[in-house]
Amino acid sequence: MYNPSIKESRGDRAFTFVNYTFLVLVLIMVAYPLLYIVSASFSNPGKVAAGEIWLFPKGFNVAGYKAVFDYSRFWTGFTNSLFYTSAGTMLNVTLTVMAGYVLSRRDLVGRNLFMLLFMFTMLFSGGLIPTYLLVQDLGLINTRWAMILPTALSVWNLIIARTFFQVSIPQELLEAAQIDGCNDFKFVWRIVLPLSAPIIAVLCLFYAVGHWNTYFNALIYLRNKELFPLQIILREILILNSVDTAMTNGSEAQAKQALSQLLKFSLVIIASLPILVIYPFVQKHFVKGVMIGSLKG
Amino acid sequence: MRVLKGWQLYVLLLLPLAYIILFHYVPMYGAQIAFKNFSPVKGISESDWVGLKHFKRFIDSYDFWRIMRNTLTLSLYDLAVGFPLPIVLALSINYANQKAFKKTVQMVTYAPYFISVVVMVGIVFLMLDPRIGALNLIIQQLGFDPVNFWENAGYFKSIYVWSGVWQNIGISCIIYLAALSGIDPSLHEAGVMDGASKFQRMIHIDIPGILPVASVILILGMGQMLNTGFEKILLMQNPLNIRTSEVIDTYVYKVGLISKAPNFSYATAIGFFKSLISLVLLLTVNQIAKKLGQNNLW
Repeated sequence: MYNPSIKESRGDRAFTFVNYTFLVLVLIMVAYPLLYIVSASFSNPGKVAAGEIWLFPKGFNVAGYKAVFDYSRFWTGFTNSLFYTSAGTMLNVTLTVMAGYVLSRRDLVGRNLFMLLFMFTMLFSGGLIPTYLLVQDLGLINTRWAMILPTALSVWNLIIARTFFQVSIPQELLEAAQIDGCNDFKFVWRIVLPLSAPIIAVLCLFYAVGHWNTYFNALIYLRNKELFPLQIILREILILNSVDTAMTNGSEAQAKQALSQLLKFSLVIIASLPILVIYPFVQKHFVKGVMIGSLKG
Repeated sequence: MRVLKGWQLYVLLLLPLAYIILFHYVPMYGAQIAFKNFSPVKGISESDWVGLKHFKRFIDSYDFWRIMRNTLTLSLYDLAVGFPLPIVLALSINYANQKAFKKTVQMVTYAPYFISVVVMVGIVFLMLDPRIGALNLIIQQLGFDPVNFWENAGYFKSIYVWSGVWQNIGISCIIYLAALSGIDPSLHEAGVMDGASKFQRMIHIDIPGILPVASVILILGMGQMLNTGFEKILLMQNPLNIRTSEVIDTYVYKVGLISKAPNFSYATAIGFFKSLISLVLLLTVNQIAKKLGQNNLW
């Protein structure tokens, strides 16, 4: 760890050896399923169905990808998910920043009461059925709003944002601005927002990943197939095994069977791609977000 | 008047507050149907009171013990495996001096966290498929018979817990890595001076250093004992493993929304029962942690 020029003792060398072995094993175990899925997705459907793929692709082939891209419901789900994710995230971030900033202000009268009001919802909830009844009463069932409004704000993220504002917007800045006659709206717009790029990035990431990946609200609130997000389509194919015949059209029964197996692999890759593509760029922000979240509020 | 001077702050708080009241406190008010016979015609407040009838029915029901046992064993199993492993990984990463390798391990182990629960379960299905799944191919290579993981209810909990470890081990260790990097380097220097080996330093410096964080995580985990990974379990359930896979949350969902004759009041009562015990559990473990002089949540 420090001063590598000092020769390590035998015990320490053994420790280092065991340590690296352990890490390599972890690395292999985490990476292997991902490699296997990628390999199978590019393989010949017959070889996949015969169980010949375990590490490298055999009989390079993109039939699975083609079948997915030719499937119209995939695209409906994909565009719906894009919409829910972008609209939902925009609303989420706006509300979270507003509430997070206000609750970070020490001069807010009733701050503790408001904070308690928000925090209590993390400890206790009305439960699934009362929430469902509410969404029903509001007439949101089977509308796009049901995908956005019930999850408009996460209190956990609110606490992260509040911690950020408390730490990084100095009290002196506010006082100086107030002396110059700046009101709160202006202060938020001109000073706080430009200084909060890091937290906005973290919030966008957390919320967007959440929207893209969730399926349960769609499962209970949506009936109309035209509104289904991608995850519901994925569930039908990957979990319920109901491959639409349109997807494997025009082939023999056996080939059909093989293709419907293969396209699952391709589907897993395509569905995870949007997030995996941006992942290396946002990893830094993400780690930061997890750490802010771990600070005690 | 300070309140009036800060009116713009209240304006900013208006929408978030409206959201939290509408989508969190109104359902809490609606949870009163747990004590009533809810009728859609009469509405929430006009339905007739029945007291604890639904709670009694749940506790006396044939399913009660099975569901409680499943929920608790699944949570305990998950905690027993999912709590220590990220700590081990973090300690291990902390002692890897090779920077590029360290980065790679972190990058790869964080990645599964971003996979959606549907895709995650899809991957598990594909990996464990009796005919084409990679795990079974490996088992066969080693000369054993393929295992049909989905037809044996006994495998359910292990599949759930270990696939969770696969997905979350990286992300859960971030917080420990942060705590480890916050340990005063002079402690390690003094340890080296006194001839402590790496292993001894890990036991006597690093582990005590992350103990406060670890205890908070453990408290949170214990408080969440009744909240199992509902979305994932629901996807993993099939008629063959329902005996070991039915937990409180999935049961509520089935009684309340899936069943041919949905019973809103009964389902709400079960959910309410769970929320209440969870709250008590969290407060209790936090209190115990306080007594033991460890970090706590408040």
